[in-house]
Formats: sequence, C-alpha cells, structure tokens
Amino acid sequence: MSGIQIKNLYKIFGDAPKAALEHVHAGMGKPELLEQHNHVLGLQNINLTMPESGIQVVMGLSGSGKSTLIRHINRLIEPTAGEVIVDGVDVLKMSAEDLRKFRANKTSMVFQKFALLPHRTVQSNVEYGLEVQQVAKDERHSRALKWIERVGLAGFEGHYPSQLSGGMQQRVGLARALATDAEVLLMDEAFSALDPLIRTDMQDVMLELQTELKKTIVFITHDLDEALRIGDNIAILRDGAMVQEGNAQDILLNPADDYIRDFVKDINRARVIRVDSLMGPPSNVSGPEITGDTRLDAATRLLQEQNVGQAKVVDGSGKQVGTISLDQIVNSMVEKVELSGNTNTGRARDAA
Amino acid sequence: MGISRTVIDWVCGLESDAAGRAGRAVGEFLTEFPEMTRTEWRDLRKCGDEAFKGFARTWGDAFEAALEPVRQFLIYFEWLLLTSPWPLVLLVLSALVWFASRSVALTVGTAIGLFLIGHFTFWEDAMRTLAMILASTVTAIILGIPIGILMSRSNRAQSIVNPILDFMQTVPSFVYLIPVIMLFGIGKVPGIVAVIIYAIPPVIRLTNLGIRLVDKEVLEAADAFGSSGWKKLTNVQIPLALPTIMAGVNQTIMMALAMVVVAAMVGAPGLGQPVLQAINNQFLTMGLTAGAGIAVIAIIIDRATQAYGERLQAHRTKGH
Repeated sequence: MSGIQIKNLYKIFGDAPKAALEHVHAGMGKPELLEQHNHVLGLQNINLTMPESGIQVVMGLSGSGKSTLIRHINRLIEPTAGEVIVDGVDVLKMSAEDLRKFRANKTSMVFQKFALLPHRTVQSNVEYGLEVQQVAKDERHSRALKWIERVGLAGFEGHYPSQLSGGMQQRVGLARALATDAEVLLMDEAFSALDPLIRTDMQDVMLELQTELKKTIVFITHDLDEALRIGDNIAILRDGAMVQEGNAQDILLNPADDYIRDFVKDINRARVIRVDSLMGPPSNVSGPEITGDTRLDAATRLLQEQNVGQAKVVDGSGKQVGTISLDQIVNSMVEKVELSGNTNTGRARDAA
Repeated sequence: MGISRTVIDWVCGLESDAAGRAGRAVGEFLTEFPEMTRTEWRDLRKCGDEAFKGFARTWGDAFEAALEPVRQFLIYFEWLLLTSPWPLVLLVLSALVWFASRSVALTVGTAIGLFLIGHFTFWEDAMRTLAMILASTVTAIILGIPIGILMSRSNRAQSIVNPILDFMQTVPSFVYLIPVIMLFGIGKVPGIVAVIIYAIPPVIRLTNLGIRLVDKEVLEAADAFGSSGWKKLTNVQIPLALPTIMAGVNQTIMMALAMVVVAAMVGAPGLGQPVLQAINNQFLTMGLTAGAGIAVIAIIIDRATQAYGERLQAHRTKGH
C-alpha cells in the first residue's frame, strides 16, 4: 500500500519517555504529565492515513505538535511508540544507512526558515540533494537548471541566498526539494514566514506544480485559510492529539468541538463550501444548472444575476444530482450565529 | 598529605618519613602548615626527575623521529627564504599579501616594512622567524583542526580537551620549556615544539566553537536530504565554520609570533635571538629595532589573514 500511514504514534520528550508513556496510557493528560513527571507530551496516539498523490495538511497552533509530527515521517525525530509506514515500509525499523538512502531518494523537505546553505549559490543549493544521490555532474547541473526555471528563478543561478528576498529564497527551497524527484514532499510551515501576497503566490506555484507532479505532500501550517485552500485532507492537532480529520467541507460544516468551531469562525465559508455538500434531493425546479464543485459565493452570484431562488446541481456529465436554493445557502452561512451571537450583522454582510 | 603520600608511594615506591614527621609537636598543628617533610620533598623531586629522564631516554628518539617532517619542512623553508635573492623574496611575499587581502595599502606597507627590517640588518633573522612561524602554524593547524572537529562532535571529548587547553594557556611557557629541553635538547625542534604548544589552543577552540555554532536548521536540512556524516562535515559544517576557524588560525599565528622570543631561549633561530642578546647586554637600540621587526611581521600577517577571512564570507556581506 503506498501513501503514508501513521499508526498509534506517541512522542514524549524527557529523560524517561517509556516510563512516562505508561502514565499516558493510564489516561494522564499533557498538563499533569508535565507537572508531575516533568515530561512533555509531544504527540498522543496519532492515527492518520495520507493517500498517495494528495495534499495532506496538518494544522494546529504553535505547540500543538505539528512540526514534531512531520519530522517523524523522515525520522528526524524518533518516536516513543508507534509506526510510520511510507510506501509499505516502516521507517522506524530502518537501519541508519537505509534511513539515509530513504531520506535521499524518497522524501524531501521544505523548511519554514528556508534552511538554505548560505555559502552556496542558488544553482549549487538546488544541486545539493542530487549530490547526495551521487548524480553525475552534468545531469545534476541540467536538472537543477530545469527546476530553478520551473519555480521562476531563471537568471538567479549565480546569486547567493542572502541576495534574495524571502519569497525567492523559498522558491530555491522548493526547487531544491523538487530536484531530487522524491515522491514524498514534506513542507514544514513552508510559506508561513512569507508576506501574505507572496504566500498566496507560492501556494499557486505549488498547486500548479502539483497538478502535474502528483506528489504525496504533507503540508504543515497554522493558517486555516492556507489549509482550506490547498489541502485535499486536513488534520487538526491540539496539544499533541488529533482533534479532527477530514476535507475542508467536513471541517467547516461539522466542526468536531468548540476548539475547531473557534478556528473556523472567521473563515469566509462562501469561498470554501461546495454546493454539493449542502444540496437537497433532485427535484424539477426552474433554474440554471451548476456543477457540484461550485463554491457558494459563485452560486449565490449566479442565482442573484438570474433573479431565481433555486438551481439544479449536476455532475460532470450533466446529470442532475440535487437541488440548491438561496435559502439553503444563506442558512449554511448564518447557521453559527447562535454560537457567536454578536457577530450577527457582520455575518449577514459577509453572506451578501 | 595522606593522599599525596599514597600516590608518591605508588609511583616511586618511597617510604614515609615517619622519623621527620615525629619531630613535629602536636601544638604546632595550627601554626605550621602540614607540609611534607624536607626528605619527602627531596625524594619526590628526585623521583619525578628520574622518571621523566627515563621517559626521555626511552622515547626521546621516537619524539624526534615524529617531528622530523616538521624539522625538514622548517629547514627547507629557511633555505628557500635565505638562498633566494632578497628582491625576489620581497616581491613574492608582497604578492602573497596582495592575493590574500586585495588591498594596495597593505601590499605597499608590507614591501616597505620588510625592506626596513632588512635595512636594519635583521633580514636573515626575519626570514628564519617566518620559516619558524610557517612550520609551527602549519603543524598546529594540521593537529588542531581535527582535534577541534572531534571536540565539536563529542561532549565527552570537549570535557577532556578543554581543561588541557586551559592548562596549556595558563601555565607559564617557561615551565613547559623544561621538559621540552629534556626531551629534545637545544635547537630548532624544541623551539618549534614550544611554539606549537603555546599557539595551538586558539585553532582548536575556535574550530570547535565554529562547528558548534553552525545553524541547527541548516544541519537539519542536510540530514533531511540524507547527507552522510562526512558529507555534512565537509559540505556544511566546515564551510560554515570557516570564518571562525580562520579567526582561530589568525590567533594561532599571532601567538606563535609572541612565542618567538621565548623560543629563542631554547635555541630557536630568528628575531628572538637579537632580542635575547639585547636583554643580556642591555643593547637598547638593538632590542627595540628587533622587537619592532617582530611587530611589523605580526601586523602584516594579522591584517592579511583577517582580510582573507573576510573575503571567505563574501556571501554574507553582499547585500541585495
């Protein structure tokens, strides 16, 4: 089975993690473990299956364990207990040399603070992973050139990282990771250090490359907007435990608890939710046909322009699969008013 | 007292001087320090001296053989600097300074400084000093950088080597001249050994420090791409630590120059000899000019190596 499976993963930081694990199994929580045993519960019983060729987002606030989790996938951090299976092989059972080869050939990583080699040029930074793979010099050179061009840095091959802006440095980081042709791409808050506009720009670069490359991407972020924008599947961590896992629709429409409800409160739902996650059963209404993956904002605009109250929802082949009405759309957007009553007027304006 | 006694007994098989100790009255305990008796002290010194003499007899040749390449290196460079025509030497040295620093002022200053040293009759001594500095610095770097790397990779190695370096840097240099003379006699080799012992700590310490200060995130990136330990050391750690290592090399050269006069006491050739002669005979002018010659060489090497070190970090200073 390809993709990445994480099973019953625990990580406890401290002098005697195995002993502390017993307490956790016995039901002790993070604050008590820290107070009574001076051990930090980093990850708690994480189970996650990441499909091949998809973008799995792991989201959480700082200290939630998301960066710890991603470092287990290429074993930069040793777990206290559990399994991490990449492409059918348990990473945690690999010998040192196998692990080195696995890191060199199967995974690559993009870092929040870029972590480029400051004494090397852009060209030579992108070649680094290929040097480790012992690719011949000429091929290394041409492959690096190709990726530098793909991330939009043609002409900057001879520059040093310190001569580039943050966004450009992260393009180098991305090119360095892509150049190795690894199937798994680990992105640790890769765009978090960038300005909002440049961040959106980089997300576009990544999404565009992904439509063609179909890599298995694990993307860590603390930004829900970013998570909803790029994630096929989103896992939300809190205090080292997984609170909810699902696609963007699930998380927005059915938040698992108050923590997540709080998270999704300020999201513009109309831009994320698809009509097919709201629609009622098919019925013969007079109205335009829209596809199931239309977002609510686009659907609302269409209904308003045509001055009708309902629309047929159709699948890719034009067959009707449901019906959506303006009422349903409005309801879905003001649904949570009772949860946060005083934002009533603001919500209404958002929806319109 | 009891402990030191036990150690002496163990090493030298000496008897406790019970008779000498018995002569002390109990009431003297507070006014007299409980030092070892005169006999015990004499026995201990004799024992230590004999032990080291034995060591020197057994291992002296081996040490000299080990240092033979350094001696050959020194002799070769002395020969090269002394037999080549002086204008050529002056030109080559100035050119080296130019390539290291790319500074016209420093290069011209070097040429003038070296010319003045020669004009004040110290050309040959200056060349011998240069050969000595070169031989001892190269040896110190060859030994020091690997030790520094080892220290940076192991906290245990660091905790062992650090006190030794502290000891080397604080013990007066005359003190370790004694065993050096006992091992090697008088001449070039003991001089160079004394210089190396005195000058090696900075390059070791700063290699260790430089590697330990390398950005953890860059190291993590190197790991994430599957670098082997050797690849990480040669492609990431040493290049990034190089400016710090160069600062250590610079300090090592400066300390080697400072040791030139002391090394002259055990027969090392060079500018230390006229200084020593001036001290012994109160030749003020001779002492001052020879001392100034050492200072000129020190300034030239210091500025040239520092400028070279800065040029190594070109990637840091070039802004965008």
